[in-house]
Amino acid sequence: MRHVLSVLVENEPGVLSRVSGLFSGRGFNIESLNVAPTPDPETSHMTITTFGDDQILEQIVKQLRKLITVVKVIDFSAQATVEREMMLVRVGAEEGAREEILRLADIFRCKVVDVGHSDLILEVSGDQEKLSAFLALLQKYGVREVARTGTVAMRRSLQPEHKEPA
Amino acid sequence: MAKNGAQILLECIEREGVDVMFGYPGGVTLDIYDAMPAFNIRHVLVRHEQGAVHAADGYARASGKTGVCLVTSGPGATNTVTGIATAYADSIPLVVFTGQVPVNLIGNDAFQEVDILGITRPCTKHNYMVQSVKELPQIVRRAFYIARSGRPGPVLVELPRNVLNESMEFSYPDEPVRLRTYNPNLKPNINQLRRAAKAVSEARSPLFLAGGGVIMADAGAVLTRLANRYQIPVTSTLMGLGAFDGTSPLHLGMLGMHGLYPANMAVSKCDLLIAVGARFDDRVTGRVAAFAPNAGIIHIDIDPTSIRKSVAVSIPVVADCRLALEELENLLEKQEVPGAISSREWLEQLEIWRRECAANPAHVCRAAAGQNPVENPAVSPELSTGFIRPQTVIETLYRLVGAHEDKTIITTEVGQHQMWVAQFYPFSRPRTLLTSGGLGTMGYGLPAALGAQLARPDSLVIDVAGDGSVQMNLQELGTIAANHLPVKVIILNNRYLGMVRQLQQFFYNGNYQAVGMEVQPDFVKLAEAYGLDGYRVTDPSVLESVLKEALFSSKAAIVDIQVEPEENVYPMVPAGSGLDEMLLA
Ligand SMILES: Cc1cc2nc3c(=O)[nH]c(=O)nc-3n(C[C@H](O)[C@H](O)[C@H](O)COP(=O)(O)OP(=O)(O)OC[C@H]3O[C@@H](n4cnc5c(N)ncnc54)[C@H](O)[C@@H]3O)c2cc1C
Ligand SMILES: Cc1ncc(C[n+]2csc(CCOP(=O)(O)OP(=O)(O)O)c2C)c(N)n1
Repeated sequence: MRHVLSVLVENEPGVLSRVSGLFSGRGFNIESLNVAPTPDPETSHMTITTFGDDQILEQIVKQLRKLITVVKVIDFSAQATVEREMMLVRVGAEEGAREEILRLADIFRCKVVDVGHSDLILEVSGDQEKLSAFLALLQKYGVREVARTGTVAMRRSLQPEHKEPA
Repeated sequence: MAKNGAQILLECIEREGVDVMFGYPGGVTLDIYDAMPAFNIRHVLVRHEQGAVHAADGYARASGKTGVCLVTSGPGATNTVTGIATAYADSIPLVVFTGQVPVNLIGNDAFQEVDILGITRPCTKHNYMVQSVKELPQIVRRAFYIARSGRPGPVLVELPRNVLNESMEFSYPDEPVRLRTYNPNLKPNINQLRRAAKAVSEARSPLFLAGGGVIMADAGAVLTRLANRYQIPVTSTLMGLGAFDGTSPLHLGMLGMHGLYPANMAVSKCDLLIAVGARFDDRVTGRVAAFAPNAGIIHIDIDPTSIRKSVAVSIPVVADCRLALEELENLLEKQEVPGAISSREWLEQLEIWRRECAANPAHVCRAAAGQNPVENPAVSPELSTGFIRPQTVIETLYRLVGAHEDKTIITTEVGQHQMWVAQFYPFSRPRTLLTSGGLGTMGYGLPAALGAQLARPDSLVIDVAGDGSVQMNLQELGTIAANHLPVKVIILNNRYLGMVRQLQQFFYNGNYQAVGMEVQPDFVKLAEAYGLDGYRVTDPSVLESVLKEALFSSKAAIVDIQVEPEENVYPMVPAGSGLDEMLLA
């Protein structure tokens, strides 16, 4: 099962390799890993998407908490969250196809962020499913390049009752 | 007062209560050596940095204190890695200081520069680079705090050269070390313990499993009270040996791959397993699905990652195990359990397993039963083959030193001899068996023995070695000689890498490859070359007298004992089998 972990870490050299080394050294999977500053200059925030059964996930969370430089770990899978990922796609856009692509872009609420002679760069954000669907639809025009941020997530303010964390 | 980094470093180390440090110098650590005479720390010059770390590790295991090493950058640092990984695997508190090129050269492939932080990240509890002298005191104090608190482990501190010769005004900070991200939980959750107490009082065939954590937490006394009062038998992991009296009728001996028959049978049949400071290593469980199949498991461990890592647990308790057992004792007291919790059938069953075992020709449970060897010529192959049985050597050793158990420390190397020590020497005091369990590092025992001897100058420290392993750190005989340490090295010389040979015999049709050790140094002459005493024993009839002479002389000695070359370790649980599927002969 896929899990999104929110990991707050001390902002210091080597912290990324401690976390990524933990995953590689113990054979845990990383689907995506996003690191960014937080309002507090002493910490950084990582969003890690991983998958595994409950026992593996329990180990991942415990092992992360055990790292001295990790401040806090939250497993979002038991909570209602908002998940977003941002993607840039360079897609072939020859004369006849351009219109169609722009219409698709509109449906997916994309922005056109660059226009070339024979291609476009589109910016799209959403959850994983939406991005995959969009990429699938663009295939026939020729997807030339893709850059994705990996998932970021936040807990929703209002939690369905049965999901309220203890 | 203005002090340079080297002086500040040594002051901080001294303030941690460190009296001995194991090290080897190099260009980038010279400022430290220059400052050393002003401090009350004995520096022991080893012969190889791996030896420094194992020695500090032996010092730590024997004393319960934190072991300290100091080595130079580059090769000095990389030579420590096996020692650090060994300590990490067995949760031993160490602080390892490594020199480094000056900060402004880092990343330049400078002379003797390696990324030792990167290299040791997966085998340290934590590691630090000191960027400037201002950070130095805090980092050193944190390093010691992290190494010894919670689940102990090695911490490495990298010291760039410029940090050591920069100066600043310094007075030792008095406030306690606090880290916002690290705060090990020691106190047990009372609700979990209530459940545990209920499970214990309702059990009919309970069993304690004592691990290395019992020794680290000094929980042997409370474990012993509980076991004796409620008649709950105890089995130990390799690392837990000595936590409970090995000669007690309640002690079943070590469990696991080479565990004793009664211990492995008891785990397989108990209805409640109370695991204390043990991490259910695969050498302990055998096939997990067949492990303690009828039992509820209470698991007390300070490290949450140890719990449910390999074995499902019914009652997890994350806590220091001494505090947890003391609380359990209170709760059971309140329940007014009248006497033994173990049923009579359970205690009788244990006796039956003991007897079955004693009838086995390999008779591997005598030590567990606290019995003297059965005098049965049929099981004394000395008489037929002329070779000394390695097990007999351990029994003889115990006969000679057992009376002074609290003043005898046994270290081992890795292999068959290590298992025979675990099986045939009934350890009864914590911190008297020092052995590399988790990593299984050949070459550990000799340097660990010298470290233990420095920690416990009045003790008799004996490295029980294989002829293969002992050759991995032989150079430390130089350190032993230079420091006049009366360490004894007993080599069970089978002229094989015996443990590997045994695997080839069992699982590769006796196709012995790369396990012969026919060409060896003359260990007697080698001892003499270092100015130590050397003995060789080939004749079973003089074994005891020679051992006695070597052990009770005031000098360091090597005793090379030529043993049965193809003796095997039994019981043996083949990979993928359950603990009750032992090979017994
Ligand atoms: C050749 C060879 C054969 C071996 N065969 C066997 C065998 O047959 N049987 C066997 O048992 N072992 C065997 N071993 C050793 C084995 O590999 C493991 O090292 C050993 O079983 C681990 O012991 P342990 O579970 O007690 O854990 P340790 O490694 O001693 O770990 C201690 C545990 O206690 C916890 N702890 C630490 N401090 C505290 C505290 N204050 N309070 C509570 N908990 C604490 C830690 O978190 C950890 O989980 C063998 C090793 C070798 C090299
Ligand atoms: C550094 C290291 N290399 C290899 C091994 C694999 N290994 C485990 S036991 C063993 C043989 C040990 O032989 P010896 O020291 O003679 O002891 P014996 O088994 O004969 O008692 C080997 C090679 C190891 N544990 N450690």
